[in-house]
Amino acid sequence: MNKSLTEKILERAAGKAVSPGDVIEIDVDIVAFHDLTGYHVIEVLEKATGSNTKIHSIDSLVVAFDHLVPPPDVRSAEIQQSIRSFARRNALRNFHDVGYGILHQVLLERYVLPGQVVMAADSHTTTSGALGAFAQGLGASDIAAIVLTGKTWVIVPHPFKIKLVGSLRKWITGKEVALEILRVFKADYFNGMSIEVFTEDPKTFPMDFRVTVANMGIEMNADALMFIPDAETIDYVKNERGFEPKLIVPDSNARYVDEYTIELDKVEFLVSAPHSVDNVKSVRDVWGTEVDYVFIGSCTNGRVSDFEIAAKIMKGKKVKARCIAIPASWNVFKRCMELGYIQTLVEAGCIVTYGTCGPCIGGHFGIAAPNETVVSTSNRNFIGRMGSPQAKIYLAGPAIAATAAVTGRIVEPGELA
Amino acid sequence: MIVEGRVIKLGDKIDTDVIIPAKHLKSTDPEYLAQHVFEPIDPEFYKKAKGAIIIAGKVFGMGSSREQAAIAIKAAGVRAIVAESFARIFYRNAINNGLPVIICPGISKEVNEGAWLKIDIESGEVTINNTKKIMCKPVTGMALKILEAGGLLEYLKNLRGV
Ligand code: SF4
Repeated sequence: MNKSLTEKILERAAGKAVSPGDVIEIDVDIVAFHDLTGYHVIEVLEKATGSNTKIHSIDSLVVAFDHLVPPPDVRSAEIQQSIRSFARRNALRNFHDVGYGILHQVLLERYVLPGQVVMAADSHTTTSGALGAFAQGLGASDIAAIVLTGKTWVIVPHPFKIKLVGSLRKWITGKEVALEILRVFKADYFNGMSIEVFTEDPKTFPMDFRVTVANMGIEMNADALMFIPDAETIDYVKNERGFEPKLIVPDSNARYVDEYTIELDKVEFLVSAPHSVDNVKSVRDVWGTEVDYVFIGSCTNGRVSDFEIAAKIMKGKKVKARCIAIPASWNVFKRCMELGYIQTLVEAGCIVTYGTCGPCIGGHFGIAAPNETVVSTSNRNFIGRMGSPQAKIYLAGPAIAATAAVTGRIVEPGELA
Repeated sequence: MIVEGRVIKLGDKIDTDVIIPAKHLKSTDPEYLAQHVFEPIDPEFYKKAKGAIIIAGKVFGMGSSREQAAIAIKAAGVRAIVAESFARIFYRNAINNGLPVIICPGISKEVNEGAWLKIDIESGEVTINNTKKIMCKPVTGMALKILEAGGLLEYLKNLRGV
């Protein structure tokens, strides 16, 4: 056999042999939504079925509030209230109210397993690909259809192989690797493809880094991005969930449309300059850019290793640019507290909360003003994304963001010495 | 299925934050959304959108899964979008809301702002100013079934016999 991971997962889900380009119907293992898309999903469900919505599989449905957390206005509170009452009416078991975590983080911590098909009403569902799941975002109507039927249709993507060799230099992370892929391929190259990432040595690319890269698979416009499950995947699931998962891996002679190798030792500090994610520049090319506001968090970079780096850089210093830091979940927040990272960030003058998308989507909790320069560890710097259309957003990894917070400029952490 | 209209041209990589900013996502009301379509780049867009066909470049609709992006464009009166390529989620959202989307590599160079376009959705034939004909990719498979039903909701109702 010569099947890629993409084909193996989709064959199981379709119950038949598949090839790239086929339009197929598949069973979905996990379907999910959050507050901001969830009310829309429920509207569609109710339009389709009246008030007697029959959920296909209660155990497969995951809901977590994150975008409007805590609710910034009456309408947001009302949206959450309506979803809460839907959860109660339908006796949902996997419902996470405010104060738990960003949906994609919750899915990783508690639900997703390697080889599953995951579909959620949010584009960054690709995040679950870090565990070797086939994970895609969909709109509210498509998700409503899955809630009712347990199935959806997909076009089998063409698999593309990326190999990671060597090891990263200090404080260079999964974020820089994601930006390196965008620098080389730009935002439209992977349309219609799924990226399968092979790590030469599981230890050189820990789970937190995989999550960041998979998260930004949607920025590459890939249909899916999956890390080939390995010892690191097993460790992660064991630690988080207490059991060893079964792994699905590609055949050794799997066929790919093409492949590309990234030498990790050569990856440097990178940023996405305004206003597109693939406008990737070396930090050296934007050196010294003055920064008004720094955001460390989001589903892209809201994990323990991100706050570890930020805390090491901010230790004993005070921020010059205003700084908002948001661990992606209650779990991450608690671990960061035990490790002293939260205390360090607070001492440095950051505002810290947890389990909300916060300013990532420009909804609340730190809107950017006109002409401000923002450094964000999030995943999108589109015009108006974090507030004013005149704000300029640079996307960066945790080290560059933390350094920008304490220096008020975009420079490498070596400058701090 | 034939769609006709006057061309409005847009560039590459039009993202969903530009199509409808997040601050408007607490509503799904088509009339409301239509008034804010493309607000960050052209707050007056909705005034000229009625009856138009959008011609765009690569990965139109990239970014978030917000279905309001497709709803807003359709409610503003846009009849169809022809683009070099579409982002996967937007493409499905458009079809699910009965907004025809046609993939057509090379289209940006062929068509000028204000041209008159006639599109045959099933065959993929696009006629420019009633003279020049070019072949684009037809809508097929599940997407065509859903579009013909008038959107995913109607398709679901038919399936369930509601
Ligand atoms: S953190 Fe940002 S990108 Fe992630 S789910 Fe929330 S709004 Fe979307």
